[in-house]
Amino acid sequence: MKNIKYEIIANKYKPKEKKLKNIIVSFIVGGIIGLIGEAIIELICHYTKISRIDASTYMIIILIFIASLSTALGFFDKLVTKFKCGILIPITGFAHSMTSSALEYKNEGFIYGIGSNIFKLAGSVILYGIVSAYFFSIIRYLLGGI
Amino acid sequence: MLLINSFLFCGFICMMSQIILDNTKLTPGHITSMLVVIGAFLDSFNIYDKIIKLVGGGALVPITSFGHSLAHGAILKTNQYGLVGLLMGMFDLTASGITAAIIFSFIFTLIFKPRN
Repeated sequence: MKNIKYEIIANKYKPKEKKLKNIIVSFIVGGIIGLIGEAIIELICHYTKISRIDASTYMIIILIFIASLSTALGFFDKLVTKFKCGILIPITGFAHSMTSSALEYKNEGFIYGIGSNIFKLAGSVILYGIVSAYFFSIIRYLLGGI
Repeated sequence: MLLINSFLFCGFICMMSQIILDNTKLTPGHITSMLVVIGAFLDSFNIYDKIIKLVGGGALVPITSFGHSLAHGAILKTNQYGLVGLLMGMFDLTASGITAAIIFSFIFTLIFKPRN
């Protein structure tokens, strides 16, 4: 009897603890990726004469390169199962979704495999980004403010 | 100071999306699309530009900055071309990111073999 009661109480608290752990892990990992981004910008600005706006473009390209390479090498998926949103929400997740869907359908050929599936997951981000940006910008333009 | 701000901002966005992921039935695909729409919305009234000034690189890393730069490039082109400028300038600022993602993922797909 005591054991059953204990189990009921224990089960109540089990998923919550896991959720809390997930939240903390994604906060720390996401924060570290943001910190790396800012650090790359400051390093580029410090050692070259590139302006800060151009340096941010280079930073995004570097992050995309790292994410694509680590997805192709196969250890990005392990990081995703561990860190979840911490690593999927930054721009690394965008590069990961493209490389992983392209790799997955590689066997089906260049046109119907890679070509038609490379935007399988990233397509929704691009589509809704463009549609929403278009309508918000129209409203903004018609209101007369830039 | 910018380093700490970017840690906090990027971590905060990831934390919020993790909370949404855990407590609802939405998939990561839903959440990233939602964040892009939020980023595009925040570009109006120049809210996101103020965040970038305050936070630095940390605001450019999350996927919200993708929506922001889509809307921002579009609205900048309207100065010159009017309403058609929205269509011309949409990809102005994000072109490097999208092109880099396409090129790198294609090259790495050619080189590496898929793993299960």
